[in-house]
Amino acid sequence: MQNDTVKKLVRNGAIWAFILFQLVFFEVAGRWWSLSDGAFMDMDSMLLLLKQSAPIGIIAVGMTVVMINGNIDLSVGATYALAGIVMLDSMNWPFMQAMGDSAIPLAWLFALFTGCLLGLINGVIVWKTGVDAFIVTLGAMLGYRGLVFMYNGEQPTYHLNWTMVDFAEASILGLQTPAIVFLAVVLIVWLVMTRTIHGRNAYAIGDNREAAVNAGIRVGPHFVLNFVLIGFLAALSAVAFYSGSGSVNPNDGMLFELWAITAVVLGGTKLTGGRGSIIGTLGGVIAIQLLRRGLNHIGAQTETVNLVIGTILIAVLFLDRQLNRKGAEELKV
Amino acid sequence: MTDQTPALRLEEIVKTFPGVRALDGVSFSVMPGEVHALMGENGAGKSTLMKVLGGIYQPDEGRIYIEERETVMKGPLEAKAEGVMFIHQELSLAQELSVAENIYLGELPRKSLGRVDWGTLYSRTDAILEKLRVGFNARTLVGELSIANQQMVEIARALTVDAKAVIFDEPTASLTDAEKVVLFDVIEELKREGVGIVYISHRMEEIFKITDRISVLRDGSYRGTLNTAETNEDEITQMMIGRALDLSRNHEHLDLGPVALRVEGLSCGHLFQDATFEVREGEVLGFYGLVGAGRTEIAETLFGLRKPTAGRIFLKEEEVTISSPIEAIGMGISLVPESRKEQGLVLGMNCRDNITLPQVGDLTAGPFVSDGAEISIYDQYRDRLQIKSPSWRATVGNLSGGNQQKIVIGKWLSMRPEVLIVDEPTRGIDVGSKSEIHNLLRELAKQGYAVIVISSEMPEVLHVSDRIVAMYSGRIMREFTAEEVTEDSLIQAISGITGDAA
Repeated sequence: MQNDTVKKLVRNGAIWAFILFQLVFFEVAGRWWSLSDGAFMDMDSMLLLLKQSAPIGIIAVGMTVVMINGNIDLSVGATYALAGIVMLDSMNWPFMQAMGDSAIPLAWLFALFTGCLLGLINGVIVWKTGVDAFIVTLGAMLGYRGLVFMYNGEQPTYHLNWTMVDFAEASILGLQTPAIVFLAVVLIVWLVMTRTIHGRNAYAIGDNREAAVNAGIRVGPHFVLNFVLIGFLAALSAVAFYSGSGSVNPNDGMLFELWAITAVVLGGTKLTGGRGSIIGTLGGVIAIQLLRRGLNHIGAQTETVNLVIGTILIAVLFLDRQLNRKGAEELKV
Repeated sequence: MTDQTPALRLEEIVKTFPGVRALDGVSFSVMPGEVHALMGENGAGKSTLMKVLGGIYQPDEGRIYIEERETVMKGPLEAKAEGVMFIHQELSLAQELSVAENIYLGELPRKSLGRVDWGTLYSRTDAILEKLRVGFNARTLVGELSIANQQMVEIARALTVDAKAVIFDEPTASLTDAEKVVLFDVIEELKREGVGIVYISHRMEEIFKITDRISVLRDGSYRGTLNTAETNEDEITQMMIGRALDLSRNHEHLDLGPVALRVEGLSCGHLFQDATFEVREGEVLGFYGLVGAGRTEIAETLFGLRKPTAGRIFLKEEEVTISSPIEAIGMGISLVPESRKEQGLVLGMNCRDNITLPQVGDLTAGPFVSDGAEISIYDQYRDRLQIKSPSWRATVGNLSGGNQQKIVIGKWLSMRPEVLIVDEPTRGIDVGSKSEIHNLLRELAKQGYAVIVISSEMPEVLHVSDRIVAMYSGRIMREFTAEEVTEDSLIQAISGITGDAA
């Protein structure tokens, strides 16, 4: 049974070991093999890394919850773009313009509400129809992206408000707003998943839905809550990002869902539900971003980045499988 | 069995896993035309031994002989080529393919250009099916067959090769009595053809009916082989667990409380009709019948998983409607389901979280779940039910069947139910833990719970019940008290023979 603890340690620690390996590798490669002039591990670039991770990171946290619950959400990229459009466009509405800077919180609320609403639609459909979440959110991904294009055609939607930009670029202890939002989301959702009833039940449903029903757990409401949560987080991610950039392209957020899933899976969450952790996902997000920066740091062509990440993803899952299979064989004795 | 060469012989097999010596020098042989039972508690090493034989595990020491020729089993394909076939407990069939395609999967007869020779395939398959006297043909889709017939397909697969030894692993687990008869005929037929048969089962009745010899394993070591005709259940049980299992008839008289649950004319479509019975506080009511007689369905209806089409349910003489498990739990009805792993437990979670699963909503401190409250509930039921687990953190999936069942029972006891329904309390649990569970059920009745036990094992029903309800084809045929019931009358009642006193 000690085996159990060791296995958990390996499972949860692997992603951090990988991050450590990357840090050392890129530092050594950069400095001693003279592939780069600067240091890799300086404070500023690490803080920047956290900020750059934020848009996908915030979404990945929501994806972790949905996947632990035994579902998946492919529509987050479209939700992200639509929430961004709603936020920026609403600033252009006459009554909002009349309000001046005090319209900003209202615009944020509109965006967050949009995210929650889209998530609610996904959740209710999954609950009430019983259609697989993969299919429902695949449909939603196309549908919501359709709404994005209906809104403004191929044109970007923009509104630049310097107060908003200042807010987005404000920083505490060197951490800029998006990074702070990301870390706050990680902390809060981690508490929800590890310490609350909702979190406990989400794990139980993802692991064995029938047993959860038999224990008197209402599966549907938990599903819906989690879809609303990921919708909210996709919108929050848009708020954090577009407040600073001030312009949304209709193609923004494409493939975000896949990057989020990649990070979640790298962080040790099971594709079929019941197992996973928010902290692991934080690791997954950082590992991907680190890899991008690292390859750039040692002068690798940016085109190679995706190939490397894809390879590593498969390698990691293969290792995980090997580890778990070894465990399984021992246990059957 | 005189001076023939064994069809199959294993010699001094040793297999160790980290920390465990799973097989400790086990020897075992099967003669052609012999049915040889392999018995032992769960974890005694039966499956490991068979995996060594099937080439899934490599033994650390020891040799395997097929007709006295030493053989190394590198994998399942070698085993098949050597004529060693397995009929597994868990079926491994492609549901969307036809019977013929399943039987010849991987070796479909071919024509030129890699086309399948359908004519040969179907005629060969039908020839085998005829031998098995089954009611379907080569073109039937496997997904449309009953579990029993799917098992026949597995058996047919074993007949496609010139099998020297066939291993049946708990083949009757999901079969009805009629289907068992067909299975036993097939085994008889294989015997006549000189095939050596290894028969793994927990069911003594079958073992004594069809086997010639019995070998027993305990804790990975070989305990001996007996001629079936010269031994009895007690002796075998003692070899398996090192002591005798008490399955004597229940003769306790308990002080009965008021009626806890009364059911009048309860029906659910074609599943069961007109069920009327009651259970008192301090009493164990046994439900006995064949698989499909409607026992589990009654339990599921009482637990709110099925909607009754007619009838009334009274709890403490008050009429209630139960439309979901949540309502049932609220009213004090709990169900320990038939299949622990699929319906009862969250296998990836730890022991504590499984026990507190239905009530975690009430165990809060502020917005968070209270660790302390949960652990104290776990500790309480660990002590009360003697759950053997290294700590509350242990993953439930890693516990033994008996301890898993105790976790499920503990989960429901912690909800303080009035009525506890236990469906197949000891299915897949080793003999030693069985008697613990039996004692526990009796103990719960003494403490004033109304307990309903559903079981397919007659000795178990007779051992734990104060009254027994016999069901046949969706109807309650007869009710017995523990004093009046006899095995014969019970068997008649569940076979639909009404007799005089019905």
